[in-house]
Amino acid sequence: MDDAGIAIRGVSKTYVGRGREVLALDRIDLTIEPGEFVAFVGPSGCGKSTLMNMIAGILPVSEGIILHHGRAVNGINRDVGYMTQRDAVLPWRTVEQNVALPLRFHGMPARQRRDHVASMLEQVGLSGFGHAYPAELSGGMRKRVALAQLLAYGPDTLLMDEPFGALDAQLKLLMQERLLRIWLERRQTVVFVTHDLAEAVTLANRVVVFSGRPGRIKAIEPIDLPPGRDVFRVRFLPAFEAAYTRLWDALAPEIRKGEAA
Amino acid sequence: MSGAAEELAALGGGVRTASVRAVEAAEVRRRILVLILRIAVGIAFIWLWHHASGRWIDTLLISSPQAVGLRLWHWTLDGTLWTNLSITLEATAFGFIIGCGVGFSLGLLFGRFRLLAEVFDPYITAIYSIPKIALAPLFIIWFGIGIESKVAVSAAIVFFVIFLNTFSGVREVDPLYVNTTKIMGGGELSVLRHVIIPSAASWVITGLKVSVPYALVGTVIGEFMSSNSGIGYLISQATGLFNTASVYAGIIVLALVGAIINAGLRQIETRVLRWRGS
Repeated sequence: MDDAGIAIRGVSKTYVGRGREVLALDRIDLTIEPGEFVAFVGPSGCGKSTLMNMIAGILPVSEGIILHHGRAVNGINRDVGYMTQRDAVLPWRTVEQNVALPLRFHGMPARQRRDHVASMLEQVGLSGFGHAYPAELSGGMRKRVALAQLLAYGPDTLLMDEPFGALDAQLKLLMQERLLRIWLERRQTVVFVTHDLAEAVTLANRVVVFSGRPGRIKAIEPIDLPPGRDVFRVRFLPAFEAAYTRLWDALAPEIRKGEAA
Repeated sequence: MSGAAEELAALGGGVRTASVRAVEAAEVRRRILVLILRIAVGIAFIWLWHHASGRWIDTLLISSPQAVGLRLWHWTLDGTLWTNLSITLEATAFGFIIGCGVGFSLGLLFGRFRLLAEVFDPYITAIYSIPKIALAPLFIIWFGIGIESKVAVSAAIVFFVIFLNTFSGVREVDPLYVNTTKIMGGGELSVLRHVIIPSAASWVITGLKVSVPYALVGTVIGEFMSSNSGIGYLISQATGLFNTASVYAGIIVLALVGAIINAGLRQIETRVLRWRGS
């Protein structure tokens, strides 16, 4: 597999701390096809973010192997784009400088960089904010800066950990629409971690449900909705409801287990 | 960021109305009032000094504003002021630069390598708890009574402030920024340059603000102990002769220099840390 697919083979993660060893993820096997939009859902602490961070190479696997582009991930994976709930845009760089940073790392010449950054900012509706510092922007605008940055250097795989979690409901829908449009255009492989089932069904081709700790894959639900779906209206389709119900049935006992424990 | 600022950022624009102008005018009036009161306090102090001198308190102890002013005037005319001040400033500047350079580099190094920090921690704490002024006699033995020993005293004082601030700044860097920058394609050097140093900058600048006055203190103390020039030398010599007018003149010069340096640093701070917003 030489493309943007991700192969997760027998991956486990254990943490050692306070004199105890905790199994966070238990032998996960999952293949993510190139260009596929996969959502991870599960109760808090099920290891879905951990798995994503292992794909990003931020955390080492305890057992098993993760292949990306056909190569084992070992150390920071520079072939992905990474976006989390917490803002990672650097507060001491202006919007422009932030978006340009990965381009600089990839050796794009300054003049070309400037044009490219301008067009990216236009795509996310932030033209005219290039010289602003992140502290001068609203939370939603900072998210769009992060998105512009991600798109600017165009990684073929995006890892997103509740990227819109901190936004209000309306803004979240707008960001989802933007993301979906971009994905339709570019067809990156996307791993999207969320605790919002509706968000998962709205965006993904496939939703992976994790069990509570230790995290195991409990169910995988293909989402049978048109790829050019309308994020505002998709929730009223019968197929959405069916998928949502099946996912909830898989997820609910896991959440209740967590509550009882 | 405050809710109001968030709101403003989200709204953007806004209109310059009469109430905006009214708010601004009130702010200007306030500033003028503060300025007038400041000057009044200064004048009141000098008047009180003048009034107390020779009347309530012996002139030998507190001199008088006229005598001090006259002394400063003479020093300026005959070049004494500039000759000695330049030597003090030179020693302070060199000490400051050396202390900063070494402190910053070691702070970065120790901040990045945990083992190094853990091994040296007790030794650094021990040396840190020595009053650096106690090292001044040693430096005079090592470097003589010239400028070198004063540079050494102020460098030793500045070093620790900058070192500890840089170290904390580097340790406080958000790992999310480091990881994200690496994933975007940044190497170790890029992470250092674009993430770690800017992130530590606010700590370092706080350190600078604290340490510049200390550098001046270090130099002057070195000059007190043994030297043949500098403001500290002028003060200690005048003390020996019970020439209080000169002692106060020297102290006033030091106070002014300290205030000017601080104002300059504040300018630098607002420029470098512009990104923090208001």
